[in-house]
Amino acid sequence: MTEPAAANVVEIEGVSKSFRTGVTALQEVALDIRAGEFISLIGPSGCGKSTLLRIVGDLIQPTSGSVTVNGKTAHQARLDHDYGIVFQDAVLYDWRTVARNVSLPLEMLGWDRARRRARVAEMLELVELTGFESSRPWQLSGGMQQRVSIARALSFDPPLLLMDEPFGALDEMTRERLNMELLRIWDKAGSTVVFVTHSIPEAVFLSTRVVVMSARPGRIAGVVDVDLEQPRTIDTREDARFFELITTVRETLAAGHGGDASRAGAAEERF
Amino acid sequence: MTAKTAALDDRTTSFLRRAATVLLVICALWGLWEGYKWLWETAGWTWPFAVNSTTMPHLHDVVAAFWQPTTTIGAIARIGTVCEATMYGMIPRSRKRDCDSTTARRKPIVPPSRKPARASLPVNQAAFSSERIRGGPPVVVGLGSKGVAGWKAVAILAAYLTFFPVAINTLRGLHSVDPRAVELMHSYAATRWRVLWRLRVPSSVPYIFTALKISATASVIGAIIGETPASIQSGLGGAIVNFNQYYALEPTFLWATNVVCAILGIIFYLAVAGTERLVLRRAPEHFA
Repeated sequence: MTEPAAANVVEIEGVSKSFRTGVTALQEVALDIRAGEFISLIGPSGCGKSTLLRIVGDLIQPTSGSVTVNGKTAHQARLDHDYGIVFQDAVLYDWRTVARNVSLPLEMLGWDRARRRARVAEMLELVELTGFESSRPWQLSGGMQQRVSIARALSFDPPLLLMDEPFGALDEMTRERLNMELLRIWDKAGSTVVFVTHSIPEAVFLSTRVVVMSARPGRIAGVVDVDLEQPRTIDTREDARFFELITTVRETLAAGHGGDASRAGAAEERF
Repeated sequence: MTAKTAALDDRTTSFLRRAATVLLVICALWGLWEGYKWLWETAGWTWPFAVNSTTMPHLHDVVAAFWQPTTTIGAIARIGTVCEATMYGMIPRSRKRDCDSTTARRKPIVPPSRKPARASLPVNQAAFSSERIRGGPPVVVGLGSKGVAGWKAVAILAAYLTFFPVAINTLRGLHSVDPRAVELMHSYAATRWRVLWRLRVPSSVPYIFTALKISATASVIGAIIGETPASIQSGLGGAIVNFNQYYALEPTFLWATNVVCAILGIIFYLAVAGTERLVLRRAPEHFA
């Protein structure tokens, strides 16, 4: 809370979440996210990172504590279309073409047809899918589908992009390529990103800060500032500092959970 | 471009393979029938029934019966009569996708999944067929006594029989939505109404078609059954009753009528399946 409040896009204060099953998914989580940051949430299964993302996005309610987004409640922020969400699967509507999938949020916002079409073309160019406008989602590869999903999430310029393991289901090569693309898009779009991942190298490579979480109950074990040079390039992965930071994150993870990670609940992942 | 032609080739091959399978099955059935007839006749077996050209006429005689004036002229009119009732029965149902939001909000009774719905299709078929054979005639007689015209009563019967599978499957479809797709709509601050129209209704369409495919053949059966108590003589139901009485004299007529009934059911099924392909531009694995 040392930063002035206006610079914070997200302020999470004392957020706890317990489920009816008695599992405490999150306990007293506090985190401030500044505008333009790329934050990764990393931790073992069941540490509540997806739950935290969903609470920020007002998809589920915290048991206690508060979330402020752009100075508003999370609920108001959702009503104001402040969120772009990307899930692990692309969740595209298979009865719509690629272009109409991207324009879905724009229809919700009541944009007229010409404006929608122009924006869809722009977004598909951004994710390098120009020419696939009238393809059906099921005709695309997993990586391409996920790019459509990113284009859809960014189409209405949301100030906050929430990504829940967006590349988790993809192969390593596609994943690395999409990492680069995501950084390029982030740089261009200038939005704030909250990114949930299981991969330490991915978290370090992408983020400005890595939030390390521990399970049972889910809480923040530590925050690692990633002071790698911007913009990140392929060479970043060879940087000695890159490996140092990976070690730091790994050590924070290890310190965070007292050897209980193997049993740490399956409860959270369902939500 | 090459990918497209390759896909087209694939489709042609799969179509040809299907056509060959159908032809093979027809030939096999033909062979079974004629083989059975030949074996029982030459051996002189009488169990479970004596085989002769009355009980089991030659299939080519049955086919020949299509072109005999007694049946041909009538058959066209008859098919027309049945079609009319069946169509009237099906159309209002398919339009009535009843999507009011109160039902949409309720929790699904059956866990939604496409595979079980498709797997249970034949069972559903059987269950509904027996129900409509039992329940059909009283409905028609009841409506007839209220002064409803015969063909209208039959149409009502066909409609009533298609209603439940379509309604149940529509509901199931409305609940079958990926929960994350709903979350996505919530993140756009979509109203309940918009979630219904932009998400739930489109994703329920495959379910509606599954139901319509059941109903397509079912409504034909319903219409045929309904004709008898409605005293419609010009329909296939009337023809079955009629030719049944003259079976000893001309068995091929009844068999020919049965074949027409079967073909009619298949045509209705194919009509729905064809519409599905046109309406639903979905991944190929979504088609039954």
